[in-house]
Amino acid sequence: MKSLAYALKTFPRELRSGEVLVLLAAVALAVAALTAVGFLTDRIGKAVARQANEVLAADLRLRSPEPIPVEWQDAASQQGLQTAETMTFPSVVYGGDLSTLATIKAVSANYPLRGAVRVSDTLFGEQRTVDDVPARGEVWADGALLARIDADVGDLVQLGDSELRVSAVLTYRPDQSIGFASLAPSVLVNIDDIPGANLLGEGSRVGYALLVAGLDEDVNAFYTAIEDDLPESVRSSNREESSEQAFNAADRAQRFLSLTAIISLLLSAVAVAMSARRFAQRRMDTVALMKSLGATQGFVISVATVQLLLLGIVGVTIGAIVGYGAEKALSVILADLIAADLPPTGWMPVVLACGSALVLLIGFALPSILQLRNTPPLRVLRHDAMPPAPSRLLIAGLALGAVAALLYRSVGDPQILAILLGGIVVIAATLYLVGRLLVMSMGRFRSGVGVAWRYGLANIARRGRSSAIQVVAFGLGLTVLLLLTIVRTDLLEGWRQTINEEAPNHFMINIQPYELEPVAEIFVANNVEVPDFVPLVRARMVTVNGEDVKTRTYPDPGGEWMANREANLSFAAKLSPTNEVIDGEWWPEDYSGPPLVSVEEEAAVETGLVVGDEIVYRVAGQEVALTIASIRRVNWDSFEPNFFMMLSPGALDNLPTTYISSLHLKPGEESVLVPLVRAHPSISVIDIDAILQQVRDIIDKASLAVQAVFIFTLAAGVAVLFAAVQSTIDERRFESAMLRALGAEKRTVFAGVMAEFAALGIAAGVLASVGASVLAAVIATRVFDLPYEFNPILWIAGVGAGVIIVSLSGYIAARSAVNSPPVAVLRTA
Amino acid sequence: MESQLNQNQAVLKAAELEKQVSSPEGSLTILSEVSFEIPAGQSVAVVGSSGAGKSTLLALLAGLDLPTKGHVVLNGSNLGQLDEDGRAKVRAENVGFIFQSFHLVPSLNALENVMLPMELAGMAKAREAAQGIIDTVGLGKRWSHYPAQLSGGEKQRVAIARAFALDPAVLFADEPTGNLDTNTGKHIVDLMFELNRDSATTLVLVTHDLALAEKCDRILTLDAGRLVSDSGATA
Repeated sequence: MKSLAYALKTFPRELRSGEVLVLLAAVALAVAALTAVGFLTDRIGKAVARQANEVLAADLRLRSPEPIPVEWQDAASQQGLQTAETMTFPSVVYGGDLSTLATIKAVSANYPLRGAVRVSDTLFGEQRTVDDVPARGEVWADGALLARIDADVGDLVQLGDSELRVSAVLTYRPDQSIGFASLAPSVLVNIDDIPGANLLGEGSRVGYALLVAGLDEDVNAFYTAIEDDLPESVRSSNREESSEQAFNAADRAQRFLSLTAIISLLLSAVAVAMSARRFAQRRMDTVALMKSLGATQGFVISVATVQLLLLGIVGVTIGAIVGYGAEKALSVILADLIAADLPPTGWMPVVLACGSALVLLIGFALPSILQLRNTPPLRVLRHDAMPPAPSRLLIAGLALGAVAALLYRSVGDPQILAILLGGIVVIAATLYLVGRLLVMSMGRFRSGVGVAWRYGLANIARRGRSSAIQVVAFGLGLTVLLLLTIVRTDLLEGWRQTINEEAPNHFMINIQPYELEPVAEIFVANNVEVPDFVPLVRARMVTVNGEDVKTRTYPDPGGEWMANREANLSFAAKLSPTNEVIDGEWWPEDYSGPPLVSVEEEAAVETGLVVGDEIVYRVAGQEVALTIASIRRVNWDSFEPNFFMMLSPGALDNLPTTYISSLHLKPGEESVLVPLVRAHPSISVIDIDAILQQVRDIIDKASLAVQAVFIFTLAAGVAVLFAAVQSTIDERRFESAMLRALGAEKRTVFAGVMAEFAALGIAAGVLASVGASVLAAVIATRVFDLPYEFNPILWIAGVGAGVIIVSLSGYIAARSAVNSPPVAVLRTA
Repeated sequence: MESQLNQNQAVLKAAELEKQVSSPEGSLTILSEVSFEIPAGQSVAVVGSSGAGKSTLLALLAGLDLPTKGHVVLNGSNLGQLDEDGRAKVRAENVGFIFQSFHLVPSLNALENVMLPMELAGMAKAREAAQGIIDTVGLGKRWSHYPAQLSGGEKQRVAIARAFALDPAVLFADEPTGNLDTNTGKHIVDLMFELNRDSATTLVLVTHDLALAEKCDRILTLDAGRLVSDSGATA
């Protein structure tokens, strides 16, 4: 109790004295960075997730073959959720004498709840976003449909008993399928026009859907409320099940942000550990004095712990305010990304940041504080009397435990956590070992250099362990800075390249063999490059190694579904550049032997197929036997047409084949599609430009966000460097005063200090380059599924940044040390 | 002589003290076979050349360090039988210190430095008491200054005020004038002896300064870790 009262009473004096400012700054910075990163990851995560939800046009979609019960709507409204209804069914649309089968999408007023519909006023004309639905009596029809019935904007079309006016060309709706299932062109119509059209009779194949959107917790509450009453025929979809590509992008954005948060955290931890060490060292004399005046060990440790805690509270408060303010400022900068209607994040990030700060202090500051307890009182008479160093096992255990605890929240995946922790430990250990080697080897260079370098190198060698620790600290800081700058750019570039600017933006499907030539001619006539046409044959798998696919057992339920559905088969002589054979071999280009097949990796795993297996497909009444020649890995993000089953040339000869094609149309080239769809109305053209744009948007915004968050991480990194320099500042001040008292010029002393930092910087830079390269390779290949390419810039930047940053920090620190009047320094020593 | 009072009771007793430390060259004996008793109220100077073991002896007498052999009894407590906290408690109740390099807490102002031992001992109204002592040492107007804002002499005055704050049974002074100029040193010594006389404290003073030593009732001379002479003051 006495110690608590004393700690409370003396704490304001400690704060006033300025002795604890370094530690206070480290804690405040850690909390500010974590709070801002926390707020941002939370909000950006939600924004990105919401963008991914666009493919559902909602946060949750319930699909049913029966009309949606009114009670569900009511339940959703009770939760304060937005709702919309849709009906989807096939029907024939008439325009004059012509008619075509179309997918009718009837929608209610709020549709879509997420994302936006885009239309244009002319065929393949400029697109614009609309925020309402077709008015009653109007339809928005897609270009292929208009081409098939030779209609245009403004014309009347017949749908059931109703005549509706085409008021726009439908170019994009968020929930349109980009698969090949919905071959019929689609028409968007107001749901209130459906009853009057008398389209729906007995046996009509209508899909009803209820779209729901709102705060996550409300959506979950709604789903929980109705879940038990959902008939089996109702299918619910949320983000996790939505578009693979959009979700992949959202998921990667989250991982990038988490990575940034983790690095801020590590840097803060290093800064806290270093400043706590200095905090403890500077208190040692006071503790020895207090002990000589009769203070017990318990008293000393209680006072230090309580004051550390108080310091934590002050630091957390300052940090939370700064972090909150920074988040507000960043939100303004990123207003475009963080939608205004996003729910507020609440105080959770602040609470988490405070908790993290506490864990940081326990893990990284406590060992130094505990060491104070054993400060010998003899130190009042003999200044070299030091407490025994705390157990290294304790230090390492506490630090690793704290990092693991903090990282687990961000990473949430034991495997990634293990990789990260392993990387951190290996780099730190390597840095320390090489740091020691560097320190030991300094003696060899000393004889061949000038006085400044000799003094600098002598300093490094003399400080032995401390120099090695500084190399570790600088090296670790630089490693993460390199990871964040160069490696981050590399990773982002790699990620962006998976969806490059030349990615196809249109698909053509259902091209008959006799249409290949005339279609190609249309492209040539319009000076547009003729795309590749990929054959496609619809087939059903019958047996695998003589076993009926219906009775066969599969390693995964997905495999059973895949084996039993109607499959799209294709053939090719050459392996697509977006494919990679991982088992077996691709056939020679001029192959003409028995039919072979190459199976996509995931499909092979799920259906339990391996190289050498025999598969029989039935195509239009004929059976085709295929031997599996290879297993392929496919880059699905490429937007190129890809197939689970790729056959050898000739395997599908004389079987009913249609062709599909993907093409990249540059701005202005879209006009080629007008004559094409008018001359070949059965060909469907799917515009995926909008979808691609959506994915690119997510990537761009996410990388912008990462860069914004990076400012904090950079600040934390610089804090580490300053804490490292600061930890030796007293010693440096004294030495500088001594040398100057002995007659050294200020310039010489200064050059010596700079030489020391430059040498430390080179060592740390080399080590950081190695560390960052290794970590980057691991992160790229294991975490992000991207190929890693070695970047030599990393080395130049690593060593350069090491020398510049460390020397700059050294300069700032040394300037005050060198400039202090020798007499003042020596007198207070 | 002033020093002839209360000689019947030994407040400090050193018996067969020996201190060895390990060094790269092997075990090094710093003190050997040092025995003496100091009665309450006596002022004793410990003199000797550099490395004679003066500061080591002071550390052992105050319980800041433990002897390799022998024992110290301070106001009835055998320090060798106590753990570190036990020795701290003995110091809190019985001991005051004045150091060559003052050892003020840089984050505390002059008054707060004087209050420190009072607060450690849980004394009520520490501020008022400290204010009284700081007036006595002539720093009444500078009580709010921090150590960095005080001259060497002023710092040592604060240290003296702190040492006498709890009216200790024994006051240990380690080269109290070592960091001060002659004139300031003289004032400080006068102040210290004046307070010592007023409070009847036992004074153990380590010094190089023979003139200062001669102000004491008794002089213990150490040479190479051994007690070579134990003489009464000649003044």
